[in-house]
Amino acid sequence: MKACVIVFPGSNCDRDLQVALRRAMGSEPAMVWHGDATFDDVDLIAVPGGFSYGDYLRAGAMAAKSPVMREVVRRANKGVPVIGLCNGFQILTESGLLPGALMRNANLKYVCKDVHLKVETTDTPFTRGYDKGAIIRIPVAHHDGNYFADDDLLDDLESRNQVAFRYTDADGQVTSAANPNGSQHNIAGILNRQRNVLGMMPHPERLADPALGGTDGTPLFRGMVEAFA
Amino acid sequence: MKARIHVTLKQGVLDPQGKAVQHALGSLGFTGVNDVRQGKFIELDLAETDRTKARANLDEMCKQLLANTVIENYTIDID
Repeated sequence: MKACVIVFPGSNCDRDLQVALRRAMGSEPAMVWHGDATFDDVDLIAVPGGFSYGDYLRAGAMAAKSPVMREVVRRANKGVPVIGLCNGFQILTESGLLPGALMRNANLKYVCKDVHLKVETTDTPFTRGYDKGAIIRIPVAHHDGNYFADDDLLDDLESRNQVAFRYTDADGQVTSAANPNGSQHNIAGILNRQRNVLGMMPHPERLADPALGGTDGTPLFRGMVEAFA
Repeated sequence: MKARIHVTLKQGVLDPQGKAVQHALGSLGFTGVNDVRQGKFIELDLAETDRTKARANLDEMCKQLLANTVIENYTIDID
């Protein structure tokens, strides 16, 4: 399996993602710079977290228009799998690959803590490594993770099973107290309609090694390797 | 020519920053502020001299980058 990690000025989770992918794949992912208008064919494109271009204008807005993202959009539209984590999710919504938008957290605070997520669908190459309905613990670290979609879009996402992860409490209950940022329907991650693009605010790459205090992120990377290898 | 663009959140989209500002105004004793909506102001200096062309170009700039039309509206004013 071949994968690449896109690196923007201001990315800060690119190396973590590189390590998580390397461990799961047993080979080295390519690191692709934001100014590269093209790159080698890969089975997976990963868009990392961070603060690309300093989050100028809106989180992800500048990165979404960079030369490399034009190529990522072109390939995603041809069916190449793309995963975006945290700032990567913001970039994917800004680029139009995923619907909706990520707004300032409802409580206006940067939130950095472990949260619980419910795996809402395993019918994707990204989440197939989990049991459906599993409750996992994954960190979040963001200021703009408040997922917004209008009512029609929310109905559409729910009816097409495009919600991949939802914020819950430790018992798997979807409550407003368990919602760290005000996201509608407690949405933490969504798929596009074709199910080859996933965006999520939490950071599975930060809990994919026992030395980091947990491995609940590991099945995501293992599952992708099984699906794409 | 100079162009000024205002970007604001659409009606129906919650504006937590606006709400916080409204609350702060209230706590300073400014009563009667029914609502606060916060937005962005962007000023551009354009080489274009044809106002119609400039407006069409600005409209595309807003759609492609300056506003996120999923959540934001924009208005364009040209000198």
